[in-house]
Amino acid sequence: MTEIRTTLVVIGGGPGGYVCASRAARMGVDTVLVERDRLGGTCLNVGCIPSKALIHAAGLYATARAQAGAARCGVSVTGATLDFAATRAWMDEVTGRLRAGVSGLMESSGVKTLPGSARFLDGKTVEVTSDTGTILVRADHVVIATGSRPADLPGLPTGGRVLDSSAALTLGEPPARLAVIGAGYIGLELGTAFAKLGSAVTLVEAADAILPQYDSRLTRPVLRRLKDLGVTLQLGTRVAGWDDAAGTLSLTGRDGETTLHADRVLVTVGRTANTDGLGLSELQLVMDCPFIRVDDQCRTSMRGVYAIGDVTPGLMLAHRATAQAEVVADVIAGRTAAFDKACIPAVCFTDPEIVSVGLLPSECEDRVETSEFSFRASGRALTLDDTEGFVRITARASDHVVLGIQATGPGVSELAASFALAIEAGLRVEDVAATVHPHPTLSESVMEAALGMVSLANHG
Amino acid sequence: MAERTFKLPDIGEGIAEAELADWLVRVGDMVQEDDPICEVTTDKATVEIPASATGRVTWLAGSPGEIIAIGGDLIRIETEGAPDSAAAADPVKAPEPARAEPRAAEPQTPPAPAPARIPRPSRPVAPDLALNASGRPLAAPSVRARAREKGIDLRRVRGSGPAGRILHEDLEDFIAHGPALPAAGRAPRTAETEIPVTGIRRAIADRMSEAKRHIPHFSIIEEVEVEALEDLRASLNRQFGDTRGKLTLLPFLVRALSEAVLDHPGINAHYDDTRNVVTRHAALHAGIATQTDQGLMVPVLRHAETMTPWQSAREIRRLSDAARSRKAAPKELTGSTLTITSLGPLGALATTPIINRPEVAIVGVNRMTVRPVWTGAEFVPRRMMNLSCSFDHRVVDGWVAAEFVARVKHLLETPAMLFMEWRDD
Repeated sequence: MTEIRTTLVVIGGGPGGYVCASRAARMGVDTVLVERDRLGGTCLNVGCIPSKALIHAAGLYATARAQAGAARCGVSVTGATLDFAATRAWMDEVTGRLRAGVSGLMESSGVKTLPGSARFLDGKTVEVTSDTGTILVRADHVVIATGSRPADLPGLPTGGRVLDSSAALTLGEPPARLAVIGAGYIGLELGTAFAKLGSAVTLVEAADAILPQYDSRLTRPVLRRLKDLGVTLQLGTRVAGWDDAAGTLSLTGRDGETTLHADRVLVTVGRTANTDGLGLSELQLVMDCPFIRVDDQCRTSMRGVYAIGDVTPGLMLAHRATAQAEVVADVIAGRTAAFDKACIPAVCFTDPEIVSVGLLPSECEDRVETSEFSFRASGRALTLDDTEGFVRITARASDHVVLGIQATGPGVSELAASFALAIEAGLRVEDVAATVHPHPTLSESVMEAALGMVSLANHG
Repeated sequence: MAERTFKLPDIGEGIAEAELADWLVRVGDMVQEDDPICEVTTDKATVEIPASATGRVTWLAGSPGEIIAIGGDLIRIETEGAPDSAAAADPVKAPEPARAEPRAAEPQTPPAPAPARIPRPSRPVAPDLALNASGRPLAAPSVRARAREKGIDLRRVRGSGPAGRILHEDLEDFIAHGPALPAAGRAPRTAETEIPVTGIRRAIADRMSEAKRHIPHFSIIEEVEVEALEDLRASLNRQFGDTRGKLTLLPFLVRALSEAVLDHPGINAHYDDTRNVVTRHAALHAGIATQTDQGLMVPVLRHAETMTPWQSAREIRRLSDAARSRKAAPKELTGSTLTITSLGPLGALATTPIINRPEVAIVGVNRMTVRPVWTGAEFVPRRMMNLSCSFDHRVVDGWVAAEFVARVKHLLETPAMLFMEWRDD
């Protein structure tokens, strides 16, 4: 058996693993990266990137079709068509280019990439199995960055016409009737995209609200848009069964038992950490079930073994994994580092988008003040012909330190970084209010919301 | 099924409102009749309120810290069976009602009608250390990184930026000069902390200022030689300490007071200054001033005149434990006729105690020390202790007070007289 001796082995080549490997290698750490599928992980191949491409294409198509009748802004389009094969090809091109970029980064950083599945033999030894054989990797440090996969709904196994989010992104054509189970952000993003591509979409959610982690003010614009798009919402409804031959879902909801005909069923009921099949039981790591417990340097309970990303407790988001990856690479390279972020921004690419950074008003323990600025009063929103949404800023009442900023509206995802900057830097609302925000942009609304709390909004 | 609203029962004489200390049940819980449902704190004690019906809790009044008026809605319980007819009876069981002791005709002003719930003042702001959205010290990421590099816990660094944000300058200053002493000397301490005066502390404040406002105090400080008493105490503790418990000085003082007030009944009295009546008490209900986490409390050693030193020692211990754990019943905290205040080893040379109104005197015990005493021929070491007593000069003359103090001194210096039948009348 081939044996490799290295300083660091990273298991999983997603946005956590590849960043960790590349950063460590560039700091002079001898690094091996193990990936069983494709570099880039869920995010690049079957998650963030292809879904955003699909959402963009769907948005273009929906806009073009909308311009046929209403001729908004005086522009009319005739004969808008969708060549979904071409859309898919473009999506593949996007992910392909990014994958090549990651691959090139590994090479230029000096990371040795090993294809195959990793399995712990002990805390310092990983067995990597691939079609071409088995390689033993001995390392001083091991980083577990194996990510997550779509969670199954008991009684509705994926396969055939039942899809998980990954499979939904490789469909050959938009299904005529699509049932989406779970109205979290993934279900809403994909459901909305397929609705715009012409599918008749029904969203089935067990809870009484979409995106139940957010308050109803934030989600109300999304609900309105779903209605405009003709998406059917079945809240407070559970799946009782699926008849694959007939293509019918049995649902149990407020109105009792109903059936729903669907050509495809998309299951988006959360994600499961990939902690199985790794031989983790050999290590007896302390778990925060089902996640691996880590300290603020992402160290597990075993010396020399680290974990980052979706296998650790916290939001399952690519940028959290990447931020943890930087910390771990620094620690292994002998630098001082700790994961001490004030906030992890979260973005839902729904229509309109929802951004939440820091704390929601309901999550604050201190007494807080909030201030909201509606895009209805934004010149830029009017010139974009879309005034849905608002920016809301939450600050501690005693010292006006910004604790949270949320927004919903057109393209607010691009505002998220400024929200995070304010909170991470520990700014007060007065600092945000006194920073000149360029006109005419949607970002002015952040300043206006801040002004609304500390003095007077200029357009409030 | 019926939902019944239960009100906060009367938990003691003269108590108009109580602070919710803790809920012992939550909405949705099943409760059995007599299960404790919550703890409330009055200005005197913590009381458990039992449920008076079996059923499911559907509603709770307020959260811990809120003030609820006696008779205000407390809890709703969904019970089997029909609702109370017009909810006539008050369905929450009162804990054992606090019976009024036969005592001075203290005017019973009915409690002013209080609103059902009074919001507690909001949490005081003490921005010693500003925190960011994830509860860490307020500082930019680069400041946090540099602190980590230097191994400095940012919680120890004072921030001079907006809202107390820690700046690079603050960190460099800390690195150069450490936490305590910047170059120019001691850093000024600028924090101010507002502590709301509520609950027991507010009751103490009110009572103290009333006592001081109404009563013209005068104090007598007298020296007592306790050689004989201490020898007796040591001997009793050697002989009976294991079986009956150790005796402190306090039971002997209680005994001395119960003798002395026979000669000076005007000292063991209440003065109702609204009616201009002094009520002398035959019983000695000795108030024992006790320091607790909540502040000063005065549990009452009832009928102290009937007790052996060991009985009173045990009872004093039980009462002070109860007061400290906030479990003293309201009746154990009212009705004293004469109060003793002792600071133990901290007792100081002399004190000027404030009278526990409507009483007319208070006896303070100071620290015991060995002092040189002139015998007429030489200085000898003697264990000495001061008594600092205050009196209400409106109804106690200086002469009477001095006689009383002299009597107590004599009894303590001649401890045999505490226990023998020396009276012959």
